[in-house]
Amino acid sequence: MAAGHNRATAPGPNRSLARSRPRYGEAAIKVLLLAAALVSIATTLGIVAALLEPTIEFFSEVSFGEFFGSTSWGPLFSPPAFGVWPIIVATLEITLIAVIVAIPLGLAAAIYLSEYATTRVRKIFKPVLEVLAGIPTVVFGFFAFSFVTPLLQDILPFTLDPRNALSAGLLVGVMIIPIVASLSEDAMSAVPRSLREGSFALGASKMTTSVSVVLPAAFSGIVAAIILAISRAAGETMIVAIAAGFKSIFTFNPGSEMATMAAFIASAGSGDAPVGSIAYKTIFAVGSLLFIMTFAMNWFSARMVKKYREVYE
Amino acid sequence: MALLSTPRSQVDLVGKGRPIREHLFRIALLSSLAVALIFLGLLLAYTLTEGWPRLDSRLWENFPSVRRPETSGVLSGIAGTLWIIGLTAVMALPTGVLAAIYLEEYADNTKWYNRLIELNIANLAAVPSIVYGILGLGIIARWLDFGFTVMTGAVTISLLVLPIVIISAREAIRAVPPSIREGSLALGATQWQTIYRQVLPASIPGIATGSILALSRAIGEAAPFLMLGAATLVRFNPDGVWSSFTVLPLQIYNLISQSREEFHILAAAAIVVLLAILLLMNSLAIWLRNRYQKRW
Repeated sequence: MAAGHNRATAPGPNRSLARSRPRYGEAAIKVLLLAAALVSIATTLGIVAALLEPTIEFFSEVSFGEFFGSTSWGPLFSPPAFGVWPIIVATLEITLIAVIVAIPLGLAAAIYLSEYATTRVRKIFKPVLEVLAGIPTVVFGFFAFSFVTPLLQDILPFTLDPRNALSAGLLVGVMIIPIVASLSEDAMSAVPRSLREGSFALGASKMTTSVSVVLPAAFSGIVAAIILAISRAAGETMIVAIAAGFKSIFTFNPGSEMATMAAFIASAGSGDAPVGSIAYKTIFAVGSLLFIMTFAMNWFSARMVKKYREVYE
Repeated sequence: MALLSTPRSQVDLVGKGRPIREHLFRIALLSSLAVALIFLGLLLAYTLTEGWPRLDSRLWENFPSVRRPETSGVLSGIAGTLWIIGLTAVMALPTGVLAAIYLEEYADNTKWYNRLIELNIANLAAVPSIVYGILGLGIIARWLDFGFTVMTGAVTISLLVLPIVIISAREAIRAVPPSIREGSLALGATQWQTIYRQVLPASIPGIATGSILALSRAIGEAAPFLMLGAATLVRFNPDGVWSSFTVLPLQIYNLISQSREEFHILAAAAIVVLLAILLLMNSLAIWLRNRYQKRW
């Protein structure tokens, strides 16, 4: 919609088609609408502003070398330790477990819904995914802690702590299934029918068409979905805070308790670290790191979505 | 004497039936959807059976107490959640719809700033909610000096759900066909008259559905409130926007953190209440969508 539509007032010899008088009301409304849209820019600026100053102050007290070069984390202890790797490793490990769960299940669900399902089956399963997406993460955390962990403790041959990375990761995986499934399905539905028909005409079966034609054609959209899901998993707070705990140990053992970056922010932020103390500033430094990581992934994902939209729409 | 012997040429066209791997593939796909369904069923059944003994009026008539689990409830959490949701609806929904109208009806997509706004909204929708908590703590609570109050919580959550409201409202507005706008403009209506009298009424069902889903996201959110001082034991209901508060999901988190088993049962019961509210809102949204959505 282009702004400003010419109004012909009345027919007459010397009437131009230009607007007879400016419409200030219309202009004011446009300004108001633009202001509403700018709230989102203000939000991003606010986040950056909130993070920047304490982060700079943090790095004036703790060196980059200590932050990224050491594997001992305990900013709230005395003496404090600021090696960030334990919480990065915990974040990556839980994200990895989640992705291992969510990619096969989410993609399979997407292929089924987009290529196989009849309208009736879609009507049953789409709401299931929507309800799953709407369940609060604190509920997933409770389920991980009081149902999944005891269950795994019974059936797995190795020992699991009451709070552990494994069940937290599994549940984060379930949480991101709807993201993978619905965004991948969108990408696959955008693949033109003619590609499928060409494949069938050449004698390919439904499975071959889905896997070798539709899946590659929707590739950038699927990558976008997976990256967005990874970003959500990395930033997830409540599930990991409840089910994986707050202890920062440098370990790769999935049966061990471990604090992710988000869990650290939650625990330090909900405690009473005095404003201006180094512990308080650490919250913001870790927040900056998490924000930069997820923002980069989101930006990349948005780029990929744009790419497939340009190709097929 | 074969009465109906099939001609040879037709026999060749009859397939051998689907290969077994086709069936296996289909079953594998279907079972991954079944996993989601079973998980959902298990989660609901477990929470319901765990919480059943405490699913009575004690739950919503009492304030929390760490010493006496038998008379402990989540009244202050329910009240806090209602305050937050009410304020969020008032702040986030109008702002989101106005922004969506701008992006769909006015914004010129060739301009860099409009593309920046769009990309920014897509990014914000995926920023971790704990980062919004940092925004609330650093800017709203401390810099604007709103303190740890209902207002701080509501503003923070409004900013968190704003991208969701904008994205869903844009989809609803985009679904109104251009011919409706062109008809209105051709009859001499101004652009705003066209939007206000034609486009908005036609897209209201879609906007309402998206808004309800955005608000249900806000109801279930706990992480930002951890940063906003809502974590402590609150034994009173908020009496205004400048009162301190807690919300239901955070109270559930606190109950799970207690070591005594009675509190876990209480947590399960509170989860049932939370899920009941959310399922109700979700069904309302789905019903609205199916009932009022126009097919052009």
